[in-house]
Amino acid sequence: MFVGVDVGGTNTDAVLMDGHQLRGAVKVPTTEDVTAGIVNAVSELLNQSSSRQQIQAVMVGTTHFTNALLEKRGLSPTAVIRLSMPATQLLPPLIDCPDEFREAIGDHAYMVRGGNEFDGREISPLDRAGIRDAVKEIRSRGVRAVAVCSVFSPVDPTHEIEAAALIEEIVPDLRVCMSHENGRMGLLERENAATLNACLGETAEATIRGIENALEMLGIRVPLYMSQNDGTLMDTSFASQFPVLTISSGPTNSMRGAAYLSGVTDGIVVDIGGTSTDVGALIKGFPRESSVAVHLAGVRTSFRMPDTVSIALGGGTVIEREPLRIGPESVGYRLSTDAMVFGGPTLTTTDLAVADGRVALGDGRLVEGLDAGLVRQGMAEIQAQAESAVDRVKLSQEDVPVVLVGGGSVLLEDSLAGASRVMRPEHAGVANAIGAAIAQVGGQVERVYALDSGSREGAIADCTAAAIERAEAAGADRASIEVVDIEEVPLTYVPSNATRVRVKAVGNIAPDRLR
Amino acid sequence: MWQVTEDDLAPIAIGAGILGTGGGGNPYIGQLRARQAIRKYGPVSVLSPEELPEDAKVVCVGGIGAPTVGIEKIRDIQSYHAMRAIEDYTGERATALISNEIGGSNSVEPLIPAAMAGLPIVDADGMGRAFPEFQMKTFFVYGVPCCPMAIADEKGNSVIIRETITPHWAERLARATTVQMGCVACYAVAPMSAEQVRRTAIPHTLTLARDLGRAVQQAHSDGGDPLEAIMATCAGKVLFNGKVVDLDRRTTAGFARGTVTIDGMDSFTGQRMVIDFQNENLIARRDGEIVCTVPDLICAVATDLGEPITTELMRYGLRITILGFPAPELWTTPEGLATAGPQAFGYETDYIPLKV
Repeated sequence: MFVGVDVGGTNTDAVLMDGHQLRGAVKVPTTEDVTAGIVNAVSELLNQSSSRQQIQAVMVGTTHFTNALLEKRGLSPTAVIRLSMPATQLLPPLIDCPDEFREAIGDHAYMVRGGNEFDGREISPLDRAGIRDAVKEIRSRGVRAVAVCSVFSPVDPTHEIEAAALIEEIVPDLRVCMSHENGRMGLLERENAATLNACLGETAEATIRGIENALEMLGIRVPLYMSQNDGTLMDTSFASQFPVLTISSGPTNSMRGAAYLSGVTDGIVVDIGGTSTDVGALIKGFPRESSVAVHLAGVRTSFRMPDTVSIALGGGTVIEREPLRIGPESVGYRLSTDAMVFGGPTLTTTDLAVADGRVALGDGRLVEGLDAGLVRQGMAEIQAQAESAVDRVKLSQEDVPVVLVGGGSVLLEDSLAGASRVMRPEHAGVANAIGAAIAQVGGQVERVYALDSGSREGAIADCTAAAIERAEAAGADRASIEVVDIEEVPLTYVPSNATRVRVKAVGNIAPDRLR
Repeated sequence: MWQVTEDDLAPIAIGAGILGTGGGGNPYIGQLRARQAIRKYGPVSVLSPEELPEDAKVVCVGGIGAPTVGIEKIRDIQSYHAMRAIEDYTGERATALISNEIGGSNSVEPLIPAAMAGLPIVDADGMGRAFPEFQMKTFFVYGVPCCPMAIADEKGNSVIIRETITPHWAERLARATTVQMGCVACYAVAPMSAEQVRRTAIPHTLTLARDLGRAVQQAHSDGGDPLEAIMATCAGKVLFNGKVVDLDRRTTAGFARGTVTIDGMDSFTGQRMVIDFQNENLIARRDGEIVCTVPDLICAVATDLGEPITTELMRYGLRITILGFPAPELWTTPEGLATAGPQAFGYETDYIPLKV
């Protein structure tokens, strides 16, 4: 049996899954330190069932590292060494990062000779002496982590690997992140991505140890896995190397859970919470990922994130009359005191739904006096907002299945413009924790190949082998690993037929990685 | 005369994006590079063509290469090296720089050598919009020789193309050289005279880009309508407004070609527009009838924010407004149309001037 936990802004949810069977589900308030909320949820879950001994693993989707970044808390002093000279010098590392971030990790940016051209040729031979000098200096400055980034490392990572080995030789206890393992094409974004993982590493290790210890206190001594942005799991050592890969796990888990509960593998998931609605597309059971740059705490990166649209519409969204306006304010967790059906003064979307007879909540008599026209118009506007968000997520005009999850889904009708059908699966309130519990272990690799020097098939085979290796390293059972996605995009304007290949492989957790 | 400071770069990026008519690439790195150059070397003076001294030597610089490579091997100060190379070859010192293309990120390329060398830039360019190829500049249409020109990389290599039999040959040779240099190079053309600039450049386009961007920003901050603000800055016409319902995009011969289909909203409800693009938007048809053709500007902006939508950013579901602006007069003569009219892009239709 697996325990799945998902930490949200308001609630921390936990479920116990026995194969396809949901054996227990709890919701507790999220705590400020996050870990206590996780422990409360798991401990309450265990009180409901007596199957502690049968738990094989715990999967956690958490906001720890997002919070650490936003609050600039526990970030290690981190240096960035770019292998690029004489190219790219006008824009040195950390150039466009917010000042607070640069100050939080120290302003340790270096550029030395190295890096590659788009077709794999060297820009310059790797400057080993330059790296030694940089490392000597950063050691004297108390730096504890280093991000290494070479130009076109997605095409050829050799310089990064050699530089990392050299750094480890000089200072064995320095944490080193190589950019080719941290992002894709786009030098500044990939370099920033490696820097974020480097500076969060120590905090990630400590946090994960904290969760493990807390679970142990509850008598659960089983492997811990962390949910990542792409809907797969990583083991704890992998997670402390790549903590940023957890940052969007919340919406991802919810979409994966919705896919699992509804059986829909290709469609759209609408997750309506208390204050907001997240809408995202499912492709083969996984969230479609965004291809544009994303900012984390103001730092521009190229991490793949679920491509979701968020609108300020939830069960607690405040309604203004004359003229009618839905939100964006929300009463949030005060719904049970502030909404009219609970005797409060504020008219919310929930009150309209009760008045309209969609749902029985609180005291329906308290909204009987609402003007019928207002209720009808308000509900129509809510429906239109959700339909517009669904339309923004679609990639074509074709109608697709829509899965509604989250407590606020009572606001919507059973038919929706653009939907071939609308589904409301059972247990949708804990879809996110279920998404965590059912996840497999994955590996994703993205590289650029100059096809002049090899065949297209060879490029895809190489990238596939790397993705499978990565999934195995992350804890997947080799025999169960499947390739779930291959994407190939030719680079425009490049005459040598350079192409970008991305492969994603997933597998079940290896038996020796379970209890 | 005015000065380009750091604060002008964001509005210039917005305005240059609108004038890019769907092409011109991602402005992010160009804007950062210009910002660094200004921070390091100070603001850059902008002279209108009329203000140029008679003995001016104006060097046109631009980036050449693959945008997909440029996000990785970020362009450095190649345009400075190219400017110095052409000076050495011709024995003439530049006294000002000029942009080859106001549309997209090439608009700010001259700021880098200008800031470094302490030279002004001219408030003009060779396109008044964006076009995909080197030879598509009004300078060359009206007899300014495109050679000698210099191409430089970031390593210290530079090449002079001394002479070619047509501007198209210059494009071919420059592109081949650029590939060997790693696909992120810059070029500089032998200096133009003040007379040549006044006669062949599209004037006041940097000011126009800045003003368009400022109008959009101003509308954002005071809650006005950004589309009205754009139209008040530059005389044009709303060609359509609606939702993107289909996008057919393919990459052939290094260019992003395709069509975007938009279903009408508001006053265009029930109508449909189809736009053909080849990096840039070339032909707009409303319910099958051509309403705007290249070289007139067909610009897609987000209906709510008025910000430019490039071909790369176009996707299903976007609410966009299509604006048309008449091409600069230098493009609408027989010589101009031969280089940049619909037939130069393989269409049979004649140029139909947009009436505003």
